[in-house]
Amino acid sequence: MKVKVKLEKRIGITFQDLILKLSQFWVRQGCVLQQPYDVEVGAGTMHPETFLRVLGAAPYRVAYAQPSRRPADGRYGENPNRLYKHLQFQVILKPSPADVQDVYLKSLAAIGIDLKEHDIRFEEDNWESPTLGAWGIGWQVLLDGLEITQFTYFQQSGGIDLDPISVELTYGLERICAFLQGVESVYDLRWSEDKSYGDIRLAEEQQLSVYSFDRSDAAAIRAEFELHERQAKELLEGFAGVEGQERGRYPVLAAYDHCLKCSHLFNLMDARGVISTTERAALMARVRGLACRTAAAYLEQIGGPNLQGQRREVRA
Amino acid sequence: MSPAAKKKQRVARPAPAQPEKGLELLFEIGCEEIPAGMVAKAADDLKAYIEKVLTAESLGTGVTVDTFGGPRRLTVWAQNLPRKQADVVNEVTGPPKSVAYDSVGEPTRAAVSFAEKQGVALHEVFLVSTPKGEYLAAKQVKRGRTAEQILADILPRAVHDLAWPRSMTWTGLDGPRFIRPIRWIVAVLDGKPLKVTCAGIAAGETTRGHRFLGAQAIRVRTFAEYEKKLRANGVIVRPAERRAKIERELAAQTKAAGLRLHADPTLLDLVTYLNEFPTVVQGKFDPSFLTLPDEILITVMRGHQKYFALEKRGGELAPAFLAVINLAKDPKGLVRAGHERVLRARFADAQFFWAADQKCRLADYLPKLEKITYESRLGSYRDKVERIRAIARWLTEQWFNLGMMQAHVADADRAAELAKCDLATEMVREFTELQGIVGGLYARAQGEADDVADAIYDHYRPVGLDDPIPRNLIGCAVAMADKLDSIVGCFAVGLVPTGSSDPYALRRAALGVVKIILDKKLPVSLSSAVGAAAKVLLTGPPKKSVTPKQEAQILDFILDRARYVFRERAGYGYDEVSAVFRAGADDLLDAEKRLAALRSIRKSKNFEPLAVSFKRIRKILEKSNVKSDGLAAQPELFESEAERELFAAGRAAAAKVQTEKRAGHYEQALERIAGLRKSIDRFFDEVMVMAENEAVRKNRLALLAELLREFTTVADFSELGASE
Repeated sequence: MKVKVKLEKRIGITFQDLILKLSQFWVRQGCVLQQPYDVEVGAGTMHPETFLRVLGAAPYRVAYAQPSRRPADGRYGENPNRLYKHLQFQVILKPSPADVQDVYLKSLAAIGIDLKEHDIRFEEDNWESPTLGAWGIGWQVLLDGLEITQFTYFQQSGGIDLDPISVELTYGLERICAFLQGVESVYDLRWSEDKSYGDIRLAEEQQLSVYSFDRSDAAAIRAEFELHERQAKELLEGFAGVEGQERGRYPVLAAYDHCLKCSHLFNLMDARGVISTTERAALMARVRGLACRTAAAYLEQIGGPNLQGQRREVRA
Repeated sequence: MSPAAKKKQRVARPAPAQPEKGLELLFEIGCEEIPAGMVAKAADDLKAYIEKVLTAESLGTGVTVDTFGGPRRLTVWAQNLPRKQADVVNEVTGPPKSVAYDSVGEPTRAAVSFAEKQGVALHEVFLVSTPKGEYLAAKQVKRGRTAEQILADILPRAVHDLAWPRSMTWTGLDGPRFIRPIRWIVAVLDGKPLKVTCAGIAAGETTRGHRFLGAQAIRVRTFAEYEKKLRANGVIVRPAERRAKIERELAAQTKAAGLRLHADPTLLDLVTYLNEFPTVVQGKFDPSFLTLPDEILITVMRGHQKYFALEKRGGELAPAFLAVINLAKDPKGLVRAGHERVLRARFADAQFFWAADQKCRLADYLPKLEKITYESRLGSYRDKVERIRAIARWLTEQWFNLGMMQAHVADADRAAELAKCDLATEMVREFTELQGIVGGLYARAQGEADDVADAIYDHYRPVGLDDPIPRNLIGCAVAMADKLDSIVGCFAVGLVPTGSSDPYALRRAALGVVKIILDKKLPVSLSSAVGAAAKVLLTGPPKKSVTPKQEAQILDFILDRARYVFRERAGYGYDEVSAVFRAGADDLLDAEKRLAALRSIRKSKNFEPLAVSFKRIRKILEKSNVKSDGLAAQPELFESEAERELFAAGRAAAAKVQTEKRAGHYEQALERIAGLRKSIDRFFDEVMVMAENEAVRKNRLALLAELLREFTTVADFSELGASE
């Protein structure tokens, strides 16, 4: 323990301790501590624990770290701030509590930020995910000019108006940690007492950048996209014909996994530079179509007790 | 209401004597952070709303309403409110006296039922005399409501009705809507809490201080107390005071550093509404970043970080910035260090983009433009580039042939070819507001000719009435070509601006075309230019045709902007512009000359009567369905001296007017036309146009048609209204 205190003084909080402290804080706030989703996602929002849980009326609180893949942001491990894959810490509070900003600020204090000594502000930044049919109103939270969190009151998910409203908090873990440790490059972050972020992740950044920019097989990825899209569609179409008891067991969640695959494959094609702007919009609309239909099917599936008559028109 | 029961409204007695000063209202909407750019307008709207409803409730006389906005609150301070509305007495008239009373003067059933219906005792009804005779009447007193009651009504409505660009809900679909969640409401009337619920929140007398510098529960009873206590708790309520503090500190810090502020009024506005307790701190950055162009450094500082840039005395950027923070002080310099660190990362990014972009030449980005769609039906930016080149070539070739040697055709072509390349660069993908500018900077860095680099840099200009046009002639050609292509292309596929919807900014494009022609004094036939752009659209991708009707529509659209420019910038009257445009405005420079001539002779004594006569001529011709073209009067059919005089004067003037017009001596031409006044007046005095004899009548109409045709080619006077 003594060693650790010394280390914190010298380098600030480690990356893994940052995750631990945020987890502990939000567990104390009544959150379920979930694990990252095991399908590639571009953001913590795509985890079913966010995308689907915000639908319907049942209260829910959850927190988890989520590695988020953005192939086009890869920089071969050469840029100190941009990553193919970064780690988000995601919190969902449903319904949104009235003191949510204060609770959020307490979480910053919990990871060692002295609120009175720093310039913390909430600057307008509305969030939108065109591939998920989701959007919300909120801010980016700035710490001395550095964006550290996206703070959003979800208004729609999967094209469905939400009721009640959930708050989504997305912490950018690398940035916050770089601030706390006072390092300039993400790769210099101390992940643990003896390992750096670079030790653990640099090779992955290099290789995945090379793959997505230079070596991926665009035709194969396109074919995969079509395959996953077809399976998602078939599953969603099949749901309509299922009655009674079987409805609860019907694999709507599997349809969502295929939808997520499509989203990631789309990102890979984008990074490879093989889609034009026009096609880009069309492909995004296809993924959005799957996401919206999944959301509608999910809502229907959890119908009854969870729904409490709160179902709303689905905007396709 | 029965027809007999007419109401007459009057104020029976004055409101109870007011104390010296009326009531004070303090109302605060406590909110999570409102977007900074929306606060000022919301505060203004709220003030107008409150004033309007107070007036509508007859509670507005003598009241002053002030509103103040900040990131977490909108505050209403109303002074001198009356305690209550005045009572209103209505006099309701009933049946006539003859019906209400019988022959011996006793009330009839009609009188009794009238009193019953009005809810008054029979002895309370009385007679009033009206022009139609005496009628039974009763008084109805409507008690004025108290300010307290009325405010409890209108404050929730004010919160509900406040309009925002994009509102949200924070509880659920049936919950309140506002720009951000409302968390507390303060409503105090004359020192006492006002019972009212807004957006589901019961108002109280407790406000909150600055998030980090103040207490979170502060009791307030008056505005003075509110302002004072909030100040002590880290909130400056009045935006003007916050702005003054920022300006003062910016000036002090700038002076202390021996530098100059890169003035930025928009940014000043923004930081005024971003902070409850603004304080200016100075940061520095590594001078090695100064190798990046100023445009990029300033964009990074202001756009992303909201910092003010600093300049040395010579005007070049200094390696320092001023940040406005939402704290009273930064004793350990932690905040400054944080901002410096963020800026360093941002600049490093920009440097990375600059270096990455320089790995290939601007022209190498051309193929990448194929992947960037301009508009789905109009193809990619690669296609647009070819169209811009063709139109720019058409323009510059004409100008060059006219002896404008700076219209270097090959340079314009080069600039047009490279103009859109920066859209594919990392730098513009990151900082889209730098489109054009980045292209110009790269072109210069890569050794393109100065004129070419400047033309690329400037080709989005002008972006408004006051924005300068491109510096050189080839820049003007590329800018005009780009804008003409946008307008013609979009109209061809039906993207015509309507109302406030103009997604491709075509109005701005048309304004740009007009401004460039006028400011650079360019000889351009608008119809030929539109025709050229239409031809380019048809021959190259997307091979879309423009119908003659669309071409006419496009010309009208551009001319409409030209009318606007002449009116707004040169102050010409609506009718003057109409008169000149009716005589043609295909050549805007020529139209401008004719406008100037018209204005200068408009004051002369013959002019207004002449305008009236021309209006009369046009009306007569329209009425008798005569088309003016081709008609010529025959002298042998004239019957009176007045006809012959007008004919001779007209013919004599026409030849000279033609010559003067061709020479561009519009003022002389107009004066000569004005000289016809005497003959025209005599004609109308002595000659009856609509004569019985058809041949005579037709001949007279032909004479008038000739006048209208010959003498409205500089300006059509029949469009002129009475001079103001």
